[in-house]
Amino acid sequence: MDSHHPPQETLQDIKRIMERSSRFISLSGWSGICAGICALVGAGAAYTQMQSYRAGRYGSGIAAADELTTNLLIIAAITFIAALVTAFLFTWLRSRKDDVPMWGRTAQRLFINTVIPMAVGGIVLLRAMQWGYFELVAPGCLIFYGLALVNGSKYTLGEVRYLGYGQIILGIINLYWIGAGLYFWAAGFGLLHILYGAIMWWKYERGDR
Amino acid sequence: MKNPIENLNKIFDSRIRLGVMSILVVNEEVNFNDLKKMLDVTDGNLASHLVNLEENGYIKVHKGFIGRKTNTTYSITKAGEKAFKDHIEALESMIRGVR
Repeated sequence: MDSHHPPQETLQDIKRIMERSSRFISLSGWSGICAGICALVGAGAAYTQMQSYRAGRYGSGIAAADELTTNLLIIAAITFIAALVTAFLFTWLRSRKDDVPMWGRTAQRLFINTVIPMAVGGIVLLRAMQWGYFELVAPGCLIFYGLALVNGSKYTLGEVRYLGYGQIILGIINLYWIGAGLYFWAAGFGLLHILYGAIMWWKYERGDR
Repeated sequence: MKNPIENLNKIFDSRIRLGVMSILVVNEEVNFNDLKKMLDVTDGNLASHLVNLEENGYIKVHKGFIGRKTNTTYSITKAGEKAFKDHIEALESMIRGVR
């Protein structure tokens, strides 16, 4: 490369090496798309359950409400695991293609910095549910997840920050629009993820094949 | 006007030495194998460039162990950071000069 090399190219090279060595850039757009689809399916399932509760098919009284809560929690858990597994799968495939270790230093840093806000959020929301504040679950999920993304964006593709802003904004609006939680939740975890994933795929992976 | 090429650091003429500096400026400590992987070079080649950078006082070497295996890590020095920054500025002023 040497001094005869065009300085623009040298600078670009430097920038590329800096990014590659300090950020986990193998997040795949497909991960976002799949996580979004899982979220929409999950939200659809939750919606059906809530409709049948309202129609009285659960019966009535505290037992019925408890049964609905249990079913919703099961749906949430399955959705979360399915989204995680599919997101992980596509990113694993991409990291193999990029020849970047899936569990290298950059991935570890990304992981720890997103998990901290999410774990704290999880504890807060569990306590909120124990006290009966179910209205806070959807906006809480959106806000804490958004914060996790903003924090993690320093260690991966910078665009993740905007996905985080989107989730936070939806979460805050939802705080003032209690009762529409499921719709906000579906918009944030479903539509925003799909939109983000599609943009990332278009920007970084389209030319891969 | 002064020729900006004069401000370029001769030590960074080598793509590998410049690559090592680029990595160390954004990562506190990096071991030999990670450097090798990121720069896609052979052991001997990388080692000689690392010695050169160390002799110039741009990087520090820490020899340690993980279990029984040696683990040598590298980090950038204050002088190294300054030299790298000056080099980048020289490159940028060259681009501005061309326009």
